[in-house]
Amino acid sequence: MSEIYVITSGKGGVGKTTTTANLGVGLAMRGKRVALVDTDTGLRNLDLLLGLENRIMYDLIDVTEGRVEYKKALVRHKKYDSLFLLPTSQVKDKTAVNPEQLVKLCNDMKKEFDYILIDCPAGIEQGFKTAIAAADVAIVVTMPEISAVRDADKIIGELGRADKENIKLVVNRIRPLMVESGDMLDMDDINDILSIECIGQVPDDEMVVTSTNRGEPCITMPNSQAGQAYRNIVSRLCGEPVPFMEFPKEGFFTRLKRVFNL
Amino acid sequence: MLEALMKIFGKKESSGKIAKDRLKVVLIHDRANISPEVMNNLKNDIIRVISNYMEINQHDMEISLADDDDSVALVANIPVSRMKHDKGKNKG
Repeated sequence: MSEIYVITSGKGGVGKTTTTANLGVGLAMRGKRVALVDTDTGLRNLDLLLGLENRIMYDLIDVTEGRVEYKKALVRHKKYDSLFLLPTSQVKDKTAVNPEQLVKLCNDMKKEFDYILIDCPAGIEQGFKTAIAAADVAIVVTMPEISAVRDADKIIGELGRADKENIKLVVNRIRPLMVESGDMLDMDDINDILSIECIGQVPDDEMVVTSTNRGEPCITMPNSQAGQAYRNIVSRLCGEPVPFMEFPKEGFFTRLKRVFNL
Repeated sequence: MLEALMKIFGKKESSGKIAKDRLKVVLIHDRANISPEVMNNLKNDIIRVISNYMEINQHDMEISLADDDDSVALVANIPVSRMKHDKGKNKG
């Protein structure tokens, strides 16, 4: 049975595309057949995060406008051969695809894939409405920051109005030391405010930057904290209950040093 | 030095707590943004219930959501023309 997820957030820059790339690679590492669909038309980036930018021949718009079959537009991942990307156009805009076209496409693709992950553009306009149309489950990505949480709340409201009731939350870019000192919202605070099931808390991790530079999502890196958090999310999506990871705590002397600026 | 000690032992409210409190309030306001259609349905329902008890002037009736600093209130101003003698007996 295949499942269609949309990864959305409202606010830009919270890590939708990073989350999509990592979950896609993570599921493919488990041997699942995965398709990633980029719907951020005009501002495509999922190809870059996967290191596939030089292999694109056709795009989503070529498919929805009937110029090529979707299988021809799919780009197979270099390393994980059950992972495919359907890139979008970098020259068209969000009006180039409508919700009906995406629903039809995803229904066709369901036959070939275990998971379809749709990377949603920022905002709540046409692009968002198209991206969510086909999804069974919405993964809302947010950050421990008031603007990102407010936008997540708005998105949850919009999803409800579109009858998308199955919503999961990922809290990205947590800085454990700031949480520990009380200067950052933590997962429980955000849970309390949004009342949505949380399936992951991802720490802010420099390896996300270095892995993005290389076009290899950090989920493949054994030593990456964020990578571990994404592996845990993949486990939860596959129905394995995994406890939330403990972040390393700052010792008393380190804290004392920091307070005294030593 | 004193400031440093305050940081360790002081009771200054943490910015995380402030963020949470501010968010809670702003979301009450955000979520209270209901459409004119829903507002109209609400108004009609209120008229229907109140009319069981009294005659009201529907044209001068006002109903709105009022924002306060930390709460949202439903405010209704409903002019009463006449009380009914058989208060509440003719429901439905």
